[in-house]
Amino acid sequence: MNTTTTAEPLAAGPETGERPNYLNAAYGLRSWLLTKDHKRIAILYLISVTAFFALGSLFALLIRLELLTPEGDMFQPDTYNRLFTMHGIVMVFFFLIPAIPAVLGNFLVPLMIGAKDLAFPKINLASWYVYNLGGLFTLWSIVHGGVDTGWTFYTPYSTHYSNTYVISAALGIFITGFSSIFTGLNFIVTIHRMRAPGMTWFRLPLFIWSHYATSLIIVLGTPVVAITLLMVAAERVLHLGLFDPALGGDPVLFQHLFWFYSHPAVYIMILPAMGVVSELVAAFARKPVFGYKVVAFASIAIAVLGFLVWGHHMFVAGESAYAATVFSVLSMLVAIPSAVKVFNWTSTLYQGSVSLQTPMLYALGFIGLFTLGGLTGVMVATLGIDVHVHDTYFIVAHFHYIMVGGTIMGYMGGLHYWWPKISGKLYPAFLSRLSALLVFCGFNLTFFPQFILGYLGMPRRYWAYPPEFQVLNVLSTAGASILGVGYVLPLFYFIWSMRYGKASGDNPWGAVGLEWDTPSPPPTENFLTTPVVTHGPYEYNVKEVHDRTSHPEARVG
Amino acid sequence: MSQETHSTHQHVSSRKMYFAVFAALLVLTFATVLVARVDLGVMNDVVALGIAVTKAVLVLLFFMHVRYSTRLTALTAVGGFLWLAILIGITLCDYMSRGATMPVPGK
Amino acid sequence: MASTTIDTHHLNPAGHHPRLQHQFDSLEQQKESSTLGMWMFLVTEIMFFGGLFLAYVVYRTKYPHVFAASSHHLDVTLGGINTAVLIGSSLTMALSIWAAQVNKRKLIVVFLIATMVLGAVFLGVKAKEYTDKFTHHLVPGAHFAPEDEHLQGPAREQAQIFFSLYFMMTGLHALHMIIGLGILAALIRPSWKGRFDLAYHTPLECTGLYWHFVDIVWIFLFPLLYLLGAHAR
Repeated sequence: MNTTTTAEPLAAGPETGERPNYLNAAYGLRSWLLTKDHKRIAILYLISVTAFFALGSLFALLIRLELLTPEGDMFQPDTYNRLFTMHGIVMVFFFLIPAIPAVLGNFLVPLMIGAKDLAFPKINLASWYVYNLGGLFTLWSIVHGGVDTGWTFYTPYSTHYSNTYVISAALGIFITGFSSIFTGLNFIVTIHRMRAPGMTWFRLPLFIWSHYATSLIIVLGTPVVAITLLMVAAERVLHLGLFDPALGGDPVLFQHLFWFYSHPAVYIMILPAMGVVSELVAAFARKPVFGYKVVAFASIAIAVLGFLVWGHHMFVAGESAYAATVFSVLSMLVAIPSAVKVFNWTSTLYQGSVSLQTPMLYALGFIGLFTLGGLTGVMVATLGIDVHVHDTYFIVAHFHYIMVGGTIMGYMGGLHYWWPKISGKLYPAFLSRLSALLVFCGFNLTFFPQFILGYLGMPRRYWAYPPEFQVLNVLSTAGASILGVGYVLPLFYFIWSMRYGKASGDNPWGAVGLEWDTPSPPPTENFLTTPVVTHGPYEYNVKEVHDRTSHPEARVG
Repeated sequence: MSQETHSTHQHVSSRKMYFAVFAALLVLTFATVLVARVDLGVMNDVVALGIAVTKAVLVLLFFMHVRYSTRLTALTAVGGFLWLAILIGITLCDYMSRGATMPVPGK
Repeated sequence: MASTTIDTHHLNPAGHHPRLQHQFDSLEQQKESSTLGMWMFLVTEIMFFGGLFLAYVVYRTKYPHVFAASSHHLDVTLGGINTAVLIGSSLTMALSIWAAQVNKRKLIVVFLIATMVLGAVFLGVKAKEYTDKFTHHLVPGAHFAPEDEHLQGPAREQAQIFFSLYFMMTGLHALHMIIGLGILAALIRPSWKGRFDLAYHTPLECTGLYWHFVDIVWIFLFPLLYLLGAHAR
C-alpha cells in the first residue's frame, strides 16, 4: 500500500460503541443541514438527485405509456409537449449534470487526493441549497402545468408564443447553474492546491482527472447558458426582439448561445462517468489502467474539443453551410479521445484478473453502450446523415445511449463500488447483480428499437405516429418498464443495507487508492494522519504484470 | 506545502507604480474619446478595441497583480478571455458566411 | 514499497493563526486557494458578460448604422467621467491592499471608503443616465418610442435591440457594482479592527480582484456602447 497504515480501532463512539466516523460524529437535522463536511454534503445531494431522478422518470413513464398506441389517446398534444419538456429539463439539469460530481465527486475528491475537505466547504454547502432553490423554481413551473418548449427553449416560441411558465423554469435552471459552478470551482482549486505530499499530477487517480476536466467545462460553459436564459426571460417580459425575427432579431443567435453550453454539458455528464469506469476497470481487473497518461490527457482533450462543436445541433436551423461543414469535421475530432479511452479500458481488461462483481457489470455495460452511443454520434456528426435523422428518434436513441447507457451506468457502478466506503455496509450481491442485468437488458430493449424508428422516419416530440411504428414503440415501452425495475431495486437494498447490511470492513474489494486506506465509513477529517504518496494510482500486483508482459511465453501466475 | 506563517514571496507594489498605471489609464481613456471623434472608417473599431485591450492588460498586470503572480494565475486569466474569443469567433464564422454559396463539385 | 507518514496536525505553527480554516495546512495554502478560487469565479464572469458581448457583436455587424445612430443618444461626457471615476476607484482599491501590506490599518479604511465613494458616484451618474433614457422614451418595452428621425420604421426595432443590450450590459454591470459596494462595506469594520496585515489580507485581495474585473468590463463597455457614433457628430 502506498499510504498511511489503517487506523487501529479508535476509542468507541459516543452512543453506539462503534468507531467515530462522519455519520455518527453528530446527530440531528441541524448537524446535517449546516454541515461543512463534504461527505455529508454528498449524502444530501444523493437524496436530492434521487428525488429529481424519480420525478424525471415519472415523466418518462407517462411518455412511454402514451407511445404504446399510434393515436394520441392518453394526453392532449399540449400536455405531451409539457411531458417531454419537463422530462428533459429535470433529467438534464437536476440529475445528469449534478449526479456524479455532486454525489461521488464531493465524497471522493478530498479522499482520493489525501485532503481533509474541499477548498471551500461553505461554498460546497451553499451549492446544495442553491441546487434546491433552483429546483423549487422548476417545481413551481411543474405544479402550474409545466413548460412546453422542449428542454431547449427554442425562440421565438419560448420568448413570444408559449403560454406556459417559461420564466420560472428558466430561472430555476439559471439558479441551479450556480450550484454547478460552485462545485466546479471548488474541485479545480482543491485539485490544484490541496493534494497530499507526494501526490503529483500523474499519480492522481483518473477519477480526479475526469472531474478536473469536467470542472473546467462547468466554469467556462455554464455562465453562457445562464446569461442566455436571463435574456430569454427579459425578452419574454419586455418583447425585446433579440431572438425574434419579427422584431429584427435572430433565433439562431439563441441557439448559438444555448448550445455553446449545452453541448459541452453533455461532456459534463459523461466525463465523470468515464472517471468512475477507469476506477472500476482497474479495481476489478486488478491491473493499472492501460495508458494512464493518455487517458488523463484524453479527458482534457474532450473538455477542450467539446467546446468547438456546438453547431452540430444546428445543421438544419439556418447556420451557414460553411459553418456546418466546419462543425461537422470538428465533431468527428472530439470522438477520438473518447474512443481512445474505450481502447485503453479494453486493453486494461486484457490479461487482467477480471471479477464480475456488480460494479464491474456496470462498467462493462458502460463500455459497450457508450461505444454504441459514441459511434452513432459519429454518424450524426456526418452532415449528410444528420440532415435526414435530425429531430427523429435516431437522435433520441443516440443521446440516451450515452446519457443512460453511459452516465447512469457509470453512476450506478460508482454507487455500488463506493457504497461500502460511504456507509460501511455491504448490499446483497445477488440482488445487485440482478438489478444490473435488468438495467442492461431493459435499457437495450428500450432504446435500440428507437434507432430503427428514427431511421425509418419517426419524428421526436410527436405524441402520435403512423401505425406501422407501433411494434417498435411497444418494445421500447416494455424495455422501459424493465429498466424501471432495475433502477428501483437498488433504492430498496441500499436503504436496507444501512440497517441490516453486513459491515463491509475498510476495503471489501481489496482495491488500491487513498480512499481505501482510511476506515469505512471515514472519520470526519478523512485521514488520521496526512498521507504521504510515494507512487502511482493503480499498483495492483505490479510485479506480476511486469513479468507477464516482458515474458509473454512465461505465463507467470 | 509551506509551513511558514509569513509570506516570503509576497510582492508589495509601490504607490508610485499604482499612480503611474492610473495616469496611463486616464491618458488612454482621453485618447480613445478623442480618436472616436475622427472618422477613420474600420480603423475606429480597431483603435478603440486596441486601446481597451491595452487598458485591460494594465489593470490585469498591475492592479490585479498578474505580473507578480503564478503562471497558473496568468493562464487562468488568458484562458477566460480566450474562451470568450472562441464563443465570439466561431459564432461570427457562421454570420460572416451566411449568404455565401458553397461551390458544388463538378460545376 | 514502504512509505512514511507525517503527522502534520500538531506541527503547524500557522494553525494558531485565528484566520486559518481547518481544511488548510497553512495561511499560504489558504491564500493561494482563495485567490485561485476568485480567479475561477472571474472566469465565469467573463463568460457571463460574454454572452451579451456576443449578442452586441452580432447585431452591431448586422445593423451598423442604426447602432451608430442609437449610440448618439448616449452622453459621452458622462460616460467618460464614469470611466475615469471607475479607474480611480481601482486605484484606491489597490492602495487599500498596499495599506494592509504596510500594516497601516486606518489607511486601509480610508482607501476602502474612497473606493466606495467613487463607486457610488459612478452609480449616481448611471442613475442620471437611466432617468434621461426614461424621459426620452428610450427604455425598451411597451413605451419604447425614440423621437430621433433616424430611428423610425424598421430602424426602430433595431434601435430597441441596441437599447436592450445597453440596459442589460450596463445594468448587469451596475448590479455587480452594487454587490461590490456591499462587500466593501463589510470589510470596513474588520479593517478598522486591525484584522488585516502583511501576513493576512486575503479578503481584501479577493475583493480587489473582483472590483478590478468590474472595472475591466466597463473599460470595454464604454467604447463599444458610447463611442460608436461619436465621429458622426
